[in-house]
Amino acid sequence: MMFDIEKIRGDFPILDQKIYGKPLAYLDNAATTQKPQSVIDAISHYYQADNANVHRGVHALSERATAAYEGARKQIARFFNTRSEREVIFTRGTTESINLIASSWGHANIKAGDEILITHMEHHSNIVPWQLLCERVGATLKVVPMNEHGELIMESFDALLCERTRLVGAVHMSNALGTINPIASIIAKAHAAGAKVLIDGAQAAAHLAVDVQALDVDFYVTSAHKMYGPTGIGILIGKESILDGMPPYQGGGDMIRMVTFEKSEYNDLPYKFEAGTPHIAGAIGFGKAIEYIQGVGFEAIEAREKELLAYANAKAEAFDGLRRIGTAAHKACVLSFVLQGVHPHDLGTIVDREGVAIRAGHHCAMPVMQFFRVPATARASFSMYNTEDEVDALFAALKKAQEIFA
Amino acid sequence: MFELRDLYQQVIVDHNKSPRNFGKLARFNHEADGYNPLCGDKLHVYLNVNDAGIIEAVSFEGEGCAISVASASLMTEALKGTPVSEFKQKFEGFQHMVTSDLDELPDEAVMGKLAVLSGVREFPSRIKCASLCWHTVKSAVEDSHKVAKTE
Ligand SMILES: Cc1ncc(COP(=O)(O)O)c(C=O)c1O
Repeated sequence: MMFDIEKIRGDFPILDQKIYGKPLAYLDNAATTQKPQSVIDAISHYYQADNANVHRGVHALSERATAAYEGARKQIARFFNTRSEREVIFTRGTTESINLIASSWGHANIKAGDEILITHMEHHSNIVPWQLLCERVGATLKVVPMNEHGELIMESFDALLCERTRLVGAVHMSNALGTINPIASIIAKAHAAGAKVLIDGAQAAAHLAVDVQALDVDFYVTSAHKMYGPTGIGILIGKESILDGMPPYQGGGDMIRMVTFEKSEYNDLPYKFEAGTPHIAGAIGFGKAIEYIQGVGFEAIEAREKELLAYANAKAEAFDGLRRIGTAAHKACVLSFVLQGVHPHDLGTIVDREGVAIRAGHHCAMPVMQFFRVPATARASFSMYNTEDEVDALFAALKKAQEIFA
Repeated sequence: MFELRDLYQQVIVDHNKSPRNFGKLARFNHEADGYNPLCGDKLHVYLNVNDAGIIEAVSFEGEGCAISVASASLMTEALKGTPVSEFKQKFEGFQHMVTSDLDELPDEAVMGKLAVLSGVREFPSRIKCASLCWHTVKSAVEDSHKVAKTE
């Protein structure tokens, strides 16, 4: 398929604006992506025409809202190839999904002396919930190290994986480095050792096709807002056989079948884990975002994003005083770097005045900063709608920063 | 329009490149840590206050962006020789300058060289970079033994 960049950019109304008189170059997609008109329209249509609570009214609006909400779940289930819609649980996002697993599955399955194995490049959201759990139950958190390119050292993973390992938690694609981890092999090895696997797909899901059955992954989590969808909604995909045995996470409406003061009977999957009125508009927007990704197609998306990253990498390599952080052989969409003589935060401010939006900071991955011995990095992160011109604008702005500090 | 050069004035670039009073004091009787979790800026300040209550010497160590390093450097110059009893007033003067409305010009007679930092008002996310060092000295003066934050 021909990749029609002009048409794609036209689908995202926010991109067409000036910042301090310069065309906006939005290169902070790892933080959150922009939303196509179709997603914005679906959300406002819901509030304009269908708004009602779900699963409880017999009136027409409630039935429409329920159909739209459950329709989104179906789309998401197909997109990730789950066995059924019961394996798709709506949450607030990746962070809540991981906390749900740690709290529900973790408490029921992790005991003193057990080990949880994560990697050095996890986002804080896949570190802290496990630290909290380990503290509470007396389990141990182990960390798979990485090399200077920002790639996992798989020999160390093999060595750390043992009969005490109950869970392996790994990020599919690192937000700080762009590294794409070999999750198929991680999952197969973990299963051979008797451990369950949680994959953090917050970054990956907008850039790579994910088939949870082919991967045989136990838990896959992601956030809609990094996939052209709205904030405040995400998913936990889990194997039904595992979810069935897990205790509820939060109690309330929707998650029960029967309540008496003596005892409550919990609802079936996925509702057992969806207490309270959900983010209905968010789910609908998420479904539309997935439709958008499918419309462009992963083949085209991956090819285009690879081309753009190669273009940016070539410029970065030729740029005096720039050190790239994260040079994995298998990576996508992220150019993390430090510039000699200019602190990342000053860079962020200076390039912003040129219309270029990047992120400066630790990217919620402080252990990655510690590993590379930098307090922070500047990060440009790309999406399918970015252009070579925008990459040029970034490097022109970096030049300006160097001049200010010369 | 406000230009970047108004923020990154020569004075700031210069103090960032060669910060004054950088390093640990040989003799000090107050110290404190400052940390800005958002940026990862880390600061440690040392003060030597003499029997007459005068800040005889002040220095800092740490790493951070140009605004935070230059601000700390300029602050040490501004505080040297100041009675501790006047610190609160200076602290408030600085806070006011970096948070006041844009059309309010800094009082250069009072602020002296510190006035170059008034440009951060245009960059709300950077105000904390400029004020971290002041909060850190505040906790050193108060011997609060708490890591200073800008909140
Ligand atoms: C790799 C990774 N994991 C987890 C998260 C957390 O996602 P959210 O803030 O949407 O819960 C992010 C987002 O910054 C991320 O990039």
